[in-house]
Amino acid sequence: MHLQDLPLVAMVIGLAAYAVLAGADFGAGFWHLAAGRGPRAGELREAARHAIAAVWEANHVWLIFVITVCWTAYPAAFGSIASTLVVPLFVAAVGIILRGGSYAVGGYANTARERRIVGRCFEASSLLTPFALGLAVGGIASGRVPLGNAQGDLVTSWLNPTSIAIGVLAVVTAAFVAAVFLAADARRTHHDLVQPFRARALVMGVVAGAAAVAGLAVIHSDAPALWNGFGHPLALAAIAVSAAAGIATFALVLTSRFGPARVTAGVAVSAVVIGWPLAQRPDLLPGVTISEAAAGRATLVGLVISILAGALVLFPSLAYLFRLVLRGAFDPDAGEEPAPGAGTGSHRGPSGRLAAICLTLGLAAATVIAVTTAGLLLAISLTVLLLAAAAAFVATASRVVILDGDSPRTEPPGGQSPSTHSPGTIKPG
Amino acid sequence: VPPAAAQQYLFEARQLQALSFAVHIPLVCFGVAFPALVVLVEWLGLRTGDPVFTTLARRWSKVMITLFAVGVVTGTILSFELGMLWPAFTGTFGSVFGLAFALEGFSFFAEAIFVAIYVYGWGRLSPRAHLWCGVPVVIAGFTGSWMVITVNAWMNHPQGFRIVNGQVTDVHPVVALFENSYAWHELVHMYLAGYIVAGFMTASVYAWRWLRGHRGRYDRIALAVPLAAAAIASPVQIVVGDWAGREVAAKQPVKLAALEGLGPTTSGAPEHLLGWYRNGHVVYGIPVPRLLSLLADHNPNATVPGLESVPPKDRPPVNVVRIAFQVMVALGTAFAALGVWFLMVWWRRRRLPESPWFYRAVALAGPASLVALLAGWTVTEVGRQPWAVYGVMRTSQAVTGAGGIPVGYATLVIVYAVLIVATIWALRRLQRLPLEGSTRLPGGAGAEIGEVR
Repeated sequence: MHLQDLPLVAMVIGLAAYAVLAGADFGAGFWHLAAGRGPRAGELREAARHAIAAVWEANHVWLIFVITVCWTAYPAAFGSIASTLVVPLFVAAVGIILRGGSYAVGGYANTARERRIVGRCFEASSLLTPFALGLAVGGIASGRVPLGNAQGDLVTSWLNPTSIAIGVLAVVTAAFVAAVFLAADARRTHHDLVQPFRARALVMGVVAGAAAVAGLAVIHSDAPALWNGFGHPLALAAIAVSAAAGIATFALVLTSRFGPARVTAGVAVSAVVIGWPLAQRPDLLPGVTISEAAAGRATLVGLVISILAGALVLFPSLAYLFRLVLRGAFDPDAGEEPAPGAGTGSHRGPSGRLAAICLTLGLAAATVIAVTTAGLLLAISLTVLLLAAAAAFVATASRVVILDGDSPRTEPPGGQSPSTHSPGTIKPG
Repeated sequence: VPPAAAQQYLFEARQLQALSFAVHIPLVCFGVAFPALVVLVEWLGLRTGDPVFTTLARRWSKVMITLFAVGVVTGTILSFELGMLWPAFTGTFGSVFGLAFALEGFSFFAEAIFVAIYVYGWGRLSPRAHLWCGVPVVIAGFTGSWMVITVNAWMNHPQGFRIVNGQVTDVHPVVALFENSYAWHELVHMYLAGYIVAGFMTASVYAWRWLRGHRGRYDRIALAVPLAAAAIASPVQIVVGDWAGREVAAKQPVKLAALEGLGPTTSGAPEHLLGWYRNGHVVYGIPVPRLLSLLADHNPNATVPGLESVPPKDRPPVNVVRIAFQVMVALGTAFAALGVWFLMVWWRRRRLPESPWFYRAVALAGPASLVALLAGWTVTEVGRQPWAVYGVMRTSQAVTGAGGIPVGYATLVIVYAVLIVATIWALRRLQRLPLEGSTRLPGGAGAEIGEVR
């Protein structure tokens, strides 16, 4: 393992996390679509929607992470991939907008018609996005993206057997993982939905397994270089682990042990993602090795340090989020803790002193900024100015609202009719 | 640096990029500034025990996560576009500027994680733990925008690398990004802009409601808090803007010349208000003698380099930059005046202004702040033209060689239009929902809090 490989390791970890976690979110969209009709469909949709509520944004960020590490560590490769595979990436981008947008506004739909429109948009983009990203992955993996600005074929680079196989695989594995996760969640929230999601997981497990085998057959005929790469012991091991974990997941779901099934499902998907670069190495793009594509030493060192430092913040935060989610803290029926009780603080009378101090400091700092060109002085006076502004803001905002609170004012019911009152004219008590 | 790509739709590519930024940047302002307002209101609730604050913070947190979600996806598109539209830019210089985006990714993670905990955690965490979960959102909003700004500063003032035989070498990303003197005024200017936009936008909603007769306590608080932020940030922004102008004068003299439409290099250069740039001069404008020299160098006799100091192919489109600059400055000045009005009334009389004209002005200031924000970005980004990396790489060298840009442009126009309409629809729908937590109040769920004491 060389320095040049470390960012790639981070990218593969990020991609695996994206494939499992965001994949499950996409899969929730799949089950939103495939909820069928009848009285239970609404419940299934609600469960699928709720399951991703608190986590989809964080899960989505893994994609951003992979992209930014790629263009920092392997800039030329990133430029080549993004320009040649512009079509599937653009489709994925549109899918991401429609999906995030429809999810964000979906909670405010309250008629059946609105829910249907927003729901269709959410479902379609939940299928489209992983499929398009799979097409792009297939183009890279099958060696159809040469180095350079849009040097590959703009159509066949993504419209080819390997791309389509990986696109389909992405959609069905997402649906499989999502069904497993949703069954596990249903244990906590909707007991009557455990069986429907279990049945879906089993069906989709068979479909995903078949898609994986078919995908290997397609790669055998369409991308011989990649196929040969899978002969490498480590790549072979990754595929074997994936297959074993997939079968184990199936068995665990069959016996309704959804907790461990969550883990094995994640392993099955991650192993495939890890197997890809193992099969493809040492090339990143055809004829371009990882070392050749890598940025200079200073960039790589800075990047690796940044990633490690970022991970120190990221993983405890993620752990906190997932712990809350998996313990059901955000479930609809989770009990609310009592709201804050009676006043803990004092209604301090307003004093103009703080405001006057802020104003004086701010004006002094502004004067210094206006006349100085010395860097240090500028920095100091700027800091003073901004701190004075922040203090003035907190002082003003707190006092405005606390003072207003002292006004024993009544309002016409509903507040629809124009008020004849002037606002808060009461003097501080 | 690669040769210019064969791309007949360079202008459309730039328009597409500009459109994507124009949709995203207002959301960034809410990401940067709004969480601080929400956390402040929640803190006031904890401090006073008054449920009206908690109700307001709860309501605003829903706005926050809705806008955050839209910001997540529009921001993703930008990262895609950096590759899809400008592959030679990322391909050549990714190793120089990319680090900032990788760090921004972690800010983004922290924001996404804690926004979710904050919004879904109401009543599920202890009040104190909940308040603290808002703090990382505020910090990450700042660090994230800082990282992105360092990249923009580097594009305007590139350093930290050398070009040998057309190859980028000797790359030092830390020098390029974090030792870049151009980043600081951009960061402070944008950070204040975030508070001005989020403050006036939010206040304008409640000013509009005030004019329609909703003047209860809940509405007044919801008006006063964001207004206080914007009212204080606006006058400060004038000082910072002056500093930014001098930085531009020192480091991008051609951009400064375009701001004013100064053709020949001039000593004691005048500034023109309004007017139109034609053939090296501003026509139909109102000249203010020596003002440009005074602004650029704080010396009324200073020599200011004109556009003619560089060949025509190295000059930005003057009128776009110039008009955008004048719009920004005019609106910024008006915001400062409005802010001072609010602060004077508050500090002297300890109440909100009474004149309906004040509320009309605030209602207008919201949309106007968006205009000023976009005008400001137009100044710095169009003013950077024809360069993607100032003086090093032209936009024509950065652009993709792939076709189909007009198709992508048309598609995204439609998608963004749908997204904007849907977001506004959702926020209006939210506005009509009953207030959470108001069951604790005597008025019961959904009652205007103003009617209860």
